[in-house]
Amino acid sequence: MIKIENVTMQFGGLKAVDSLSFYVPKGSLFGLIGPNGAGKTTAFNVLTGVYTPTSGKVIFNGEDITGKKPYQISQCGLTRTFQNIRLFKQLTVLENALVAGIQNTDYGLRDAFFFTKKFVSTEAQLLSKARELLSLFGLLKRENEIASSLPYGEQRKLEIVRALMTEPKMILLDEPAAGMNHSETHSLMDLIARVRKEFDLTILLIEHDMKLVMGICEQIVVLDHGVKIEEGTPSKIQNSQKVIEAYLGVEAAEEGAH
Amino acid sequence: MKWFKNPILSLIAMLIVGLIFNFSVNAYIQITILFIMVNCILALSLNLVNGLTGQFSLGHAGFMAVGAYFAAYAGLNWSFGSPSLLAFQFFLYTLGGGILAAICGYLVGLPSLRLKGDYLAIVTLGFGEIIRVTLLNIDTLGGARGISGIPSFPEYDPVIFTSFFTSYIFASIWLIICFFFLWRIMQSQNGRAFLSVREDEIAAEALGVNTTKAKVRSFVISSFFAGVAGALYAHLTNYISPSSFTFLQSVNVVIMVVLGGMGSFSGAILAAAFVTIAPELLRSLQAVTGVDLRMVIFSLCLILIMIFRPKGLMGEKELTDVFPWLRLGRKKA
Repeated sequence: MIKIENVTMQFGGLKAVDSLSFYVPKGSLFGLIGPNGAGKTTAFNVLTGVYTPTSGKVIFNGEDITGKKPYQISQCGLTRTFQNIRLFKQLTVLENALVAGIQNTDYGLRDAFFFTKKFVSTEAQLLSKARELLSLFGLLKRENEIASSLPYGEQRKLEIVRALMTEPKMILLDEPAAGMNHSETHSLMDLIARVRKEFDLTILLIEHDMKLVMGICEQIVVLDHGVKIEEGTPSKIQNSQKVIEAYLGVEAAEEGAH
Repeated sequence: MKWFKNPILSLIAMLIVGLIFNFSVNAYIQITILFIMVNCILALSLNLVNGLTGQFSLGHAGFMAVGAYFAAYAGLNWSFGSPSLLAFQFFLYTLGGGILAAICGYLVGLPSLRLKGDYLAIVTLGFGEIIRVTLLNIDTLGGARGISGIPSFPEYDPVIFTSFFTSYIFASIWLIICFFFLWRIMQSQNGRAFLSVREDEIAAEALGVNTTKAKVRSFVISSFFAGVAGALYAHLTNYISPSSFTFLQSVNVVIMVVLGGMGSFSGAILAAAFVTIAPELLRSLQAVTGVDLRMVIFSLCLILIMIFRPKGLMGEKELTDVFPWLRLGRKKA
């Protein structure tokens, strides 16, 4: 589905991502983990076009998307959520969802002014789709509330709804469980699994909550200082000496071994 | 044919009110009413850029000048002659003024909308000044003397279709087109794209909104209606000069938008009316005080309003949110 080839992202003297390569097959649930500052979010920003990589290529669905603008990449079917929630705060929950349907809307200003058939039917379709997704995430009863008035966990959910409205093929989740308590995380895990099945999605997620990552990801890539240090199944990652060293430091890892 | 029901009803309502004004008030009040309508168009159009798309434009007077000069020049030089066609001619040249302003808006917007906030404000301010200084130096357009003798709206009948009432019909038609056009695009995906740009550009972009296109689009639409308002202004005053379109005029429109509440249609209309009427009402004060305190008191009013209603008269709300019974027909989705 997405193939990252030798991507390097350099800011001045700092290599935030250093010749990173991995491949996410279609339909898989991939995890991207690493200690703070390992370059995970930078990698996401490169994939979604916020940054153009210094070198390397990103191939999505057989198409080279390196250097494309974020909205073009989104139109290719690759969308994301944000680590620090970026909802349209002053808009209602419903409007937040509707905006994201924009790439599947092909009416113009004229249609909107004259209420043409195309406008009316497209709007009705969008509305029913948005409501369907909102109800799947239990947000339907709040559809007319201002997005910033939602509790934190629901804001996260709304971000996912918004991403799903773009009809993506693949979705990048940047710390979806950040700030959630144990039971919320648990229900989010179920939800991600369900959404993936229902919409036939490929998911790549960054997460610090190891229970979530190890619980649902099939494959995991571990980054440290911009370099990929390990890749494999959760059990392989859990037993990898390199990963333990990256997280806990060399000395601690040695002590643990004794 | 659902689309014209509300605009036509509103137009009829406005015309009835206009007819009452036609018989009941003097010429001074009548011209003030016409200026309120022109200012409404200006405020509504700037509200699209400043309030709804979240960009800060300070060059509205420039676009207004483009429309005004086009309508004035065309009206003086390319007359259709026959009085029966005059109404059509006025409409056509007003439209032309709007389109010319929209083209200017596109040319200015495309490069400068990459900038944000203060920087965009400076660029648009610069554009307004460039237009003014250019006009000042074009002799065919009168230079500093401006253009005088611009035809007024024709008088067809001394009782009903007086010069005031034909102007009023004209201004109402454009005001209604402006209002409903802007209102409807704001209820569509186009408008939601504008709002998403205002709220969070990065997120909008990640969800597939072409933010540059949205910004330029909003800017072009806004310039179009500024040009239309300028053309109406030229026909109403019969005289325009570069000094009618100074930086102060741009600021005046910004005041209307901020005072009304950024992003509120009803706010823009209320504030346009207030900003036009208040200085006129305060004129009579001069007889009492002896000195012209008009602008002092007017500014004091503005300061007080901003202290007690920091988000503007209406905030982000519309009149229909405050008084739901005003809502006719279609419910908001």
